[in-house]
Amino acid sequence: MSQAPTREVAKRVFAREFNDATFTFKESDEERAPNFALLPTGDRANRVFVVGTLTETEDIGDDSEYWRGRVVGPTGTFFVYAGQYQPDATAFLRDAAAPEYVAVVGKPSTFETDDGNVNVSLRPESITASDETARERWVVEAAERTLDRIEAFEDETNEYAEMARDEYDTAVETYRREVVEALDSIVEDADEPEPEAAP
Amino acid sequence: MSDLRDHAEDVHEQFSDHIDVSVDDVEERLQTLVGEYKVPVDEARRSVTSHYLDEAGMERDALGGGSGSNDHVQVADVEEDERWIDVTAKVVDLWDPRSDAVAQVGLLGDESGTIKFTAFASSDLPKLEEGAVYDLGNLVTDEYQGSYSVKLNRTTTIEKLDEDIEVGDDSTTVEGALVAMQAGSGLIKRCPEDDCTRVLQNGRCSEHGEVEGEFDLRIKGVVDDGMDAHEVIFDKETTEAVTDISLEEAKDMAMDALDTTVVADEIRDLVIGDYYRVSGPTFGRYVLADDVEALTEPVDPAPVLSRARSM
Repeated sequence: MSQAPTREVAKRVFAREFNDATFTFKESDEERAPNFALLPTGDRANRVFVVGTLTETEDIGDDSEYWRGRVVGPTGTFFVYAGQYQPDATAFLRDAAAPEYVAVVGKPSTFETDDGNVNVSLRPESITASDETARERWVVEAAERTLDRIEAFEDETNEYAEMARDEYDTAVETYRREVVEALDSIVEDADEPEPEAAP
Repeated sequence: MSDLRDHAEDVHEQFSDHIDVSVDDVEERLQTLVGEYKVPVDEARRSVTSHYLDEAGMERDALGGGSGSNDHVQVADVEEDERWIDVTAKVVDLWDPRSDAVAQVGLLGDESGTIKFTAFASSDLPKLEEGAVYDLGNLVTDEYQGSYSVKLNRTTTIEKLDEDIEVGDDSTTVEGALVAMQAGSGLIKRCPEDDCTRVLQNGRCSEHGEVEGEFDLRIKGVVDDGMDAHEVIFDKETTEAVTDISLEEAKDMAMDALDTTVVADEIRDLVIGDYYRVSGPTFGRYVLADDVEALTEPVDPAPVLSRARSM
């Protein structure tokens, strides 16, 4: 069955694992071949979906607007950068009243700092206002997808797991602990008594 | 080996009027494929049949599927092109044929779901009645852009049954975040010609040229659960329900802004990043949303937490 290229799935990944995904690659030599970040739990990501808390925004551009947003999840921070080529996301960050819940669909992007570190960030396709139940749903979903990847990590046919073993030093156990930490944080939230409604 | 002999006799029977061939010849060809080349019997039979078709200069259509050798299948299980099958199904819907070459076109249904059928005028078959249930023998499956249908042909046997079938619901359900909205969403214009309804591009219908369009509202989006990205279409009713913007309000918004794209922008802000459960029939690569539910209830993290702890 011949078909148009299928759309890349938006992967669910927690912040620590995302920020560790410093290795990028392409699957073909074609000019427009998509760029993938290699997730340390053994998968490729060309698109990511995150729901978190936008805590800070800053215009760090010189000549033109270039906005940086910090989107915080239960285990760490995603850095979102939007400039003139992301007009909707730029407008959102400009007008945002942090802190607020946001949903971000974006592409992983890496850049090397002067001291040789590789920073991983998100180039947004969209940023929209979200809410607390969507954030919790995302945490549970990201937990499930991460556990799926960890379970598949030892599969002999998993080429991305093999790539991750070659490129990264961090044990996947780190990311299992990150999942537990993330889920614990929302279980604790649920245990807290509801604040009294204001009269 | 009696099995191969049966197949050989079937094939022989199909060709005995057309070419001079013995049952032994047929069996030998089958035996070569099955015995020496380890080809499954079905495929071997197909291949041998093709060989004799060539030899007789016949089209496969002229043959039918042979005597009682077809699989009797459920319509939802049709997932291969050019197979000869038998089904027992109810005529759920009859559509107006768009071409004189087509005698009847419509929808057949059984417990498993529904499938499109086409009967060609040249096949000269008795007409199927809407709502009636039939035993249909010797249909050929067809595939177009991932969707399957069945074709009736000259050799198709039609037997009306005195029974009813509860036609199954073949809708699929997808769940996830709405991660993107595609072009052609929001306030759109459709061609007003009878039975056309094509979406206009710059006031033009690809079939009827420049026309005075009729406004409609829809969302073409992508629902993504982190494993698969599903394309979905919300029609006017589901779009209104999800966005709380009616078609009239959308028209007013566009009028005020002198621009229809404000509607799509507004809708995008409302739906992107939200979680939905969408059910409906699939059409090509799209799920046509009959039912859309925003997932706003809290989820229980406990089962995933115990899974994470036990790994």
